[in-house]
Amino acid sequence: MKLYYKYFLIHLKSIFQHKASFLLTTIGQFLVSFNVFLGVYFMFLRFNKVNNFTYSEVLLCFSIVLIQFSLAECFARGFDTFSSTISNGEFDRIMVRPRNEMLQVLGSKIEFTRIGRILQALIMFIYGIMKSNVTWSYGRIFTVVFMIIGGTVVFTGIFIIYAALCFFTIEGLEFMNIFTDGAREYGKYPVSIYGKIVLQICTFIIPFALVQYYPLLYVLGKSHNEGYIFFPILGCGFIIPCYLFWKFGIRHYKSTGS
Amino acid sequence: MNKYLSFFRLRFIYGFQYRAAALAGIMTQFTWGALEILMFKAFYNADAKAFPMTFSALVSYVWMQQAFLALFMTWILENEIFDIITNGNIAYELCRPVDVYNMWFTRSMANRLSKALLRSMPILLFAVFLPAPYGLRLPDNGKTFSWFLLTMVLGFLTVIAYCMLLYIINFYTISPMGIRMVSVAVVEFFSGAVIPLPFFPKGIREIFEILPFASMQNVPLRIYSGDISGTGLYRAAGLQIFWVILLIVAGKILMTKALKKVVVQGG
Repeated sequence: MKLYYKYFLIHLKSIFQHKASFLLTTIGQFLVSFNVFLGVYFMFLRFNKVNNFTYSEVLLCFSIVLIQFSLAECFARGFDTFSSTISNGEFDRIMVRPRNEMLQVLGSKIEFTRIGRILQALIMFIYGIMKSNVTWSYGRIFTVVFMIIGGTVVFTGIFIIYAALCFFTIEGLEFMNIFTDGAREYGKYPVSIYGKIVLQICTFIIPFALVQYYPLLYVLGKSHNEGYIFFPILGCGFIIPCYLFWKFGIRHYKSTGS
Repeated sequence: MNKYLSFFRLRFIYGFQYRAAALAGIMTQFTWGALEILMFKAFYNADAKAFPMTFSALVSYVWMQQAFLALFMTWILENEIFDIITNGNIAYELCRPVDVYNMWFTRSMANRLSKALLRSMPILLFAVFLPAPYGLRLPDNGKTFSWFLLTMVLGFLTVIAYCMLLYIINFYTISPMGIRMVSVAVVEFFSGAVIPLPFFPKGIREIFEILPFASMQNVPLRIYSGDISGTGLYRAAGLQIFWVILLIVAGKILMTKALKKVVVQGG
């Protein structure tokens, strides 16, 4: 933990060396996801409700997913760019150091520019809260906190799988985008609108629905099943198979030699 | 002309080498298309009357968009060209007895075409055989289809001419990342990649349709799905021709200006 804190400080200092570039990328990030927001906005100019979710409820859902994803991307960015770490031989250097590999990969990159997105998500979140008439109770507040933690963990798990696959393929695999960018892009709407099959996949195979749809139902008062509060915690369990897969991958690692 | 043709062939064959990447791309695009359609289906179920196109037109729109992603998406930019400009290899490009603008233009065309050819066929084949509301519909008649082909070529040229501007801006700025991200995001939104243009309110849509971005994927895709027909065809195609010419001329002027003052450090 102390080591990670050190890494954190190094990355923080390095931003202050390149303020202009940091600012521009942050603004860029903001605009890119602003597009998605505009898409939602204009759809709801035309339609009042989708699957019984109103505009502000969708915004609440979208903002939570965006926060989850951005946090995961901010801290687990090292896994996202892992293919280059392998192909340029950086991983060999990591292996010879007497520290946990995962921690080193995590610390190799911290992407603070994602703040642009988080900021936007927060604005939508506040707007969503004000407009969606949720009567807040401790249970609901905890659910939202759990959702953010759980979602960050699930997305981090997916980044880890993505990286672990690189042990076998060297190259990053484009279809993994479905689970990262795709989940962010389509996670703007509650999973249920995509139909039963997608909902089932997102419940049992990749637990997106556990950190998005079910707890959201509870927060919005569409369901009174208090078990939903703890679904995101259940979703965190996803990290275990991801971690095992990573371990499995490391055993198969052959250096590229460069 | 001949040298550009052989250059085109070279790049085209080069693009064909990445078959595994293409397979992964096909799977990704197929899933994206499916999710996109399911999302619109939910909106359609919520209020069919507020839906601005017929549902099957929308389905065709989405499948064609996914199939020909490589032709129309401005975020498919060539990092090599950016590198050439920033690391000084532009000197080699200038040594060649060809026009740099035309060469990069053919290069982008070849790269995108080879990508599109590899990826589009499986997606189209699969989409045609999907059950009724979700499947890709063939256009009503041959005339629509030929209009679609014509406007697709024009849209394709518009996209490349726009991307050329992005490359050229790189001569003027040192850090292109910010401008690149912003301009790509702008195109996505105005060209109908986020949501198709008919979904915008009427007043806004009419403005959007005049902009060069609407000449990119919006026109051919909507002609294919039957959303633009009659006199709208002439108007749309005319606008496309106008924008292609304007963008290419602007690109050429900026390029000559940039090349006049380009300084390559030795080393």
